[in-house]
Amino acid sequence: MGTISNSASSGAPLLEIRDLHASAGDLEILRGVNLTVNTGEVHAIMGPNGSGKSTLANVLAGRPDYTVDQGTILYLNKNLLEMEPELRAREGIFLAFQYPVELPGVRIWQFLKAAVDAQRLHRGEEEMGAREFDQLLKSKVEMVKIDQDLVRRAVNEGFSGGEKKRNEVLQMAVLNPKLALLDETDSGLDIDALRIVSEGINQLRSPDNAIILVTHYQRILDYITPDFVHVLLDGRIVQSGGPELAHQLEAQGYDWLKESQDQPDLVDAGA
Amino acid sequence: MTQTAAKNQSYADGFLALAQVLNGHASAGQAPSWAQELRDTAWSTFQRLGFPTARRGNERWKYTSVRPLAAARFSIPLELDPDSGANIQDVKRLAPWHDDWTNLVFVDGLFSPELSTGDPINQTAAAGSLALSLDGNSIVQQHLGRYTGLDDDGLPALNTAFLRDGAFIHVPRGINAGSVLNLIYLTTPRSQPKAVFPRTLIVAEPNSSVTINESYVSMSDLGHFTNAVTEIVLEDGVNVEHNQLVNEGTNAYHVGHTRVHQSQDSAFSSSSFAIGSALARIDFQVTLNGPGSSCNLDGLYLTKDSQHVDNLINIDHASPDTTSNLRYKGILDGNSRAVFGGTVLVRKDSQKATAHQSDKNLLLSDEAEVDSKPSLLIYADDVQCGHGATAGNIDPIALFYLRSRGLDHETASKFLIHAFAGEIIQSVTLEPLRDFLDQLFQDELPAASIKIGVAQ
Repeated sequence: MGTISNSASSGAPLLEIRDLHASAGDLEILRGVNLTVNTGEVHAIMGPNGSGKSTLANVLAGRPDYTVDQGTILYLNKNLLEMEPELRAREGIFLAFQYPVELPGVRIWQFLKAAVDAQRLHRGEEEMGAREFDQLLKSKVEMVKIDQDLVRRAVNEGFSGGEKKRNEVLQMAVLNPKLALLDETDSGLDIDALRIVSEGINQLRSPDNAIILVTHYQRILDYITPDFVHVLLDGRIVQSGGPELAHQLEAQGYDWLKESQDQPDLVDAGA
Repeated sequence: MTQTAAKNQSYADGFLALAQVLNGHASAGQAPSWAQELRDTAWSTFQRLGFPTARRGNERWKYTSVRPLAAARFSIPLELDPDSGANIQDVKRLAPWHDDWTNLVFVDGLFSPELSTGDPINQTAAAGSLALSLDGNSIVQQHLGRYTGLDDDGLPALNTAFLRDGAFIHVPRGINAGSVLNLIYLTTPRSQPKAVFPRTLIVAEPNSSVTINESYVSMSDLGHFTNAVTEIVLEDGVNVEHNQLVNEGTNAYHVGHTRVHQSQDSAFSSSSFAIGSALARIDFQVTLNGPGSSCNLDGLYLTKDSQHVDNLINIDHASPDTTSNLRYKGILDGNSRAVFGGTVLVRKDSQKATAHQSDKNLLLSDEAEVDSKPSLLIYADDVQCGHGATAGNIDPIALFYLRSRGLDHETASKFLIHAFAGEIIQSVTLEPLRDFLDQLFQDELPAASIKIGVAQ
């Protein structure tokens, strides 16, 4: 149950999560997640508040607030759980934060240049020249339609909710991840902002990368069509399907899945 | 008193020596000048008060001890030493400098014409050696020592007892001093530690404006004792920008008293930077003595190892419609300690006063300690006041955010530390000074290759 594999792809999957249990303090949040993601795929993780969606995205990025109690995560066939957050980033994992952090005094240009250089040095390449980076940033700024003036400011400082989310997508565009984790990137966006952000994400979609899109609402999936939709409930993936599952959830809510959750033996048997 | 006499032997010897030097300069049979009377009064005051201590509930000195200064043997330079080793390359390396500025350099407290540049007496403002103005200048006589209460504390009294030289800046009525006045107090190395007594008097007449930098730097890491007093007078409608840097080396003792006296509609803006000394005590007092006067005080201090920095900042809203903004930040590493104290006083008749104080500290080590106790004393009822003090470590969420973009732990912390400092550095309006401070803090903070004060 809950495992989707794409038999068409060759070699090892990009990401393979097996029986993942994770907690924050004394609270167990993830209780046996299984998920396989191949390059070229977009996976939507849906579920009600408190089901563990954000925890899953954050655990993958290595947020220190969470403890992994059990299970394995293989990323590009490497043990992800042994990697520091910065190493995961350099290896191509990107987390778009649900609540992007304001960094007064840290300018976007310097911050992103340092991030790009960290990635390049990790790959054995040289740091990017300032002019080349200027051009890269400029092209991505146009791509995600972010206000040029915002980019000259400190990271997220005084940004509106929508501007912060757009800035996350800008960073994603500049860093060009192999695995993008979008943690409720749609929340707090008005319909125009949602469309622009979604268009930006769609442009970044390619056969060489994958996206895990954590969302509470179906509406972003009108713009970004997922290959797979998974429902996370009480720390487990209880249902997986294609894009049509999102529409079903939109129409019926999560209650019908909760009822099946109340019969733990059945679910465990499927896991 | 016997204890004091033994303890303060260096100063007693020095005071006698100074009297002999000055007698040599004076004409025979002349009555003692007002300056000599001031010195004598100050010396007897110091003998009575001695160095301040925390005894008898002295809150002003609760966290900082200057006891070692009483017992230590210091030599007190009374004349410019031709072998001091002071040179222009070191001055430019250690202190902010720009060729377009009027740069006045003081070596061990004494004016050095050789190292100074710019026309000291130009058409707009007079700036030069205080020694030359001690006799016969009525403005100096009128203002010098008037704003520094000798009885407050033994330290300004000790400085005044050794009144010999220093900087005197006079900006006449209605004049915008075109050139930045850059005062550099340089201490030079010597086998025996020195005690030096820099003195600055700035008098700005009505509707004038001036920018002044005041730097205290040292050519050596040998311990020395700097005891500085600065008095700044802003008459009606005056605008003064004042930048102060204390960076005298890890073994230096620095005590500084700055007294600012403001008249109606004057505006004083100050940025104060302190990079760890063994001990630095920076006592700043602003009196808003005329309606419509305002002051804006920024500060940044950095301590490491076992360093100690104590900022005591008092603001007296002595008139209605006065405004003060105080924004200080500290970065503490090692087992260093910072003290932030002082009171914003809003007197009973000072209605419509606005006062804001904040002191934020970033602790980089569990052993570092900050005692931040800013206070407000409000006796008027129609005021807007607020204050706050914080101390914390680097925000772990911010750190994770940077790491999640590929920056390692160390680089990410440096970004955040620099950003914390950058807020104060960036508010310095004088660009060459801002660049200098940016570089200085970049070097002194845990090493990193990030420009903090400058846009891309």
